[in-house]
Amino acid sequence: MRLRRLELADIRSYDRVAVDLGPGVTILVGQNAQGKTNLLEAVQRAATGSSHRVAGDGPLVRFGTEIGIIRCEVVTDEGRRRTLDLEIGTGRRTRTRVDGQDVQRAAQAAGVLRVVLFAPEDVAIVRGDPSERRRFLDDVLAQRRPAFAAARSEHDRALRQRNQLLKQIRGLTGSSRDAAMSSLDVWTEQLITHGTQIIAARIAAIRTLAGPVDRFYRDLADRPEPIGLTYRCSAGDDVDGRLDPASSGGSTMVPETAPIAQAMRRTFAARQREETARGLTLVGPHRDDLDLTIGELPARGYSSHGEAWSLALALKLATYEVLAEVGDRPIVLLDDVFAELDTTRRQRLAAACAGFDQVLVTAAVEADVPLEGAKIDVELLDGRTRLRPRDLGAPPAATDGSVAS
Amino acid sequence: MYEGAVQDLIDELGRLPGVGPKSAQRIAFHLLQTENTDAQRLADAITTVKATIRFCTRCWNIAEAEECRICRDTRRDGSVLCVVEEPRDVVAIERTREFQGRYHVLGGAISPIDGIGPDDLHLKELVARLDAEPVDELILAMNPNVEGEATASYLSRLLAPLGVRVTRLASGLPVGGDLDYADEVTLGRAFSGRRDIP
Repeated sequence: MRLRRLELADIRSYDRVAVDLGPGVTILVGQNAQGKTNLLEAVQRAATGSSHRVAGDGPLVRFGTEIGIIRCEVVTDEGRRRTLDLEIGTGRRTRTRVDGQDVQRAAQAAGVLRVVLFAPEDVAIVRGDPSERRRFLDDVLAQRRPAFAAARSEHDRALRQRNQLLKQIRGLTGSSRDAAMSSLDVWTEQLITHGTQIIAARIAAIRTLAGPVDRFYRDLADRPEPIGLTYRCSAGDDVDGRLDPASSGGSTMVPETAPIAQAMRRTFAARQREETARGLTLVGPHRDDLDLTIGELPARGYSSHGEAWSLALALKLATYEVLAEVGDRPIVLLDDVFAELDTTRRQRLAAACAGFDQVLVTAAVEADVPLEGAKIDVELLDGRTRLRPRDLGAPPAATDGSVAS
Repeated sequence: MYEGAVQDLIDELGRLPGVGPKSAQRIAFHLLQTENTDAQRLADAITTVKATIRFCTRCWNIAEAEECRICRDTRRDGSVLCVVEEPRDVVAIERTREFQGRYHVLGGAISPIDGIGPDDLHLKELVARLDAEPVDELILAMNPNVEGEATASYLSRLLAPLGVRVTRLASGLPVGGDLDYADEVTLGRAFSGRRDIP
């Protein structure tokens, strides 16, 4: 798909702008702190329902104003025109309109605009805590399968209830403790019901990602070592987190849930004493991790800065393929990526970008981006960001004449 | 802040569920302007409800006597019990006019966050009823959320040894609606709960 027109009113540093975007590459050029990332953030928020920088919607509204508006005009892969409008208020629920019609639930707007965003913060997927990798997987899944987000929130609710019960049990003795323990099982079953779905979906996502990640990493890195993706499950690794190429063939990438449920039940039983002592649920998707290896070594502790960057970027670019499997091809947003890469890698990333329908790139230094495409100057004037698209047909800047003859 | 009595009224109204400070103020001033008799009728209704209404000793539904209207009604089928969370669920099911059996109101759902455990629900009373009454089937009609499901599964474990048939309400598509308007979870449940056409 393609974002044809974007309008922002009172969003971050924008008071009122409208910009038409073409297919292929568009480069937003401007000094730091002029509002380049704000534009990508607005697109990301409209597409996924959350910003990559802040938790709530409030900070997206321009400081000192009440309501911000993000208006997107999209052309689907089939050439259909769709619109997605967001009205974000500081003190109330965000109103979303799809094709001019109000939608009641945010899930109904999912998929109208699909994006893959890579920002410098994403290196945390490789080097950060397990929670970063869980979020990476869950974000991909939520964009790909709407039912996943629902399973996630049901699981989180059951988890909060079970943790609360475990804390209560810790403080009890005798018969009241036995009574509380008697209801622990039903919460364990609730967690298993929803947890297995999440685990199965994540394993399926990893199986789909593995090939593209390996390919993109070889394209980007100096030393093309094989990349390993393994689902590290708190219920035991025999739930089939290993990427067995023999078993991952065919279209059924989603593993059976029954063995996962069995493994969870077994581990819950084995760790119950520890759980009641700590007052904490220790088994389930909220304790799992995605193990990444470069060659033989764990990427988290052993990767160089360049390797970590290449791998994080490869993971993000691979999500493009996962999303494109079902539905429209997403729009790729690259926030300040090229400055972090050396010349060779820039060339390789540029080559990878040629395969995407539409790419929006931000850069402080134009020369860092070895890509052909439309250019838009981003500049902050009187505290408000201005966008100035350059004429595509305009002659190159005047040279000093020494090149002639 | 208003003069004493008015502010007291606004504060009291503001404590009611679903009434914010603005609404409380509007209701308070409406009451100030209405006829004395109208205000008195409201005050009487509140006093009467607190004085006369209690919970049915059999099913824990709202009752004006020892037992509620449904428990006293001899035409109701005593062999089927529908277990619900709240009295308002009884009203919802009664509106369907489909169910001819009797009820048992638990008084909530298991929710550790709200400090509600199995002992806080009318479960012992339910087990006692199964002993005393000729019940063949229990229909569990808890809300289709995490707490409701947990309560239903606790109940089915508790009741399994008693040898009574336990069923759970189906969840699925709303009648008269369009398939493409259903949310993914409901549609997914409807799929897993599909049945043969008789």
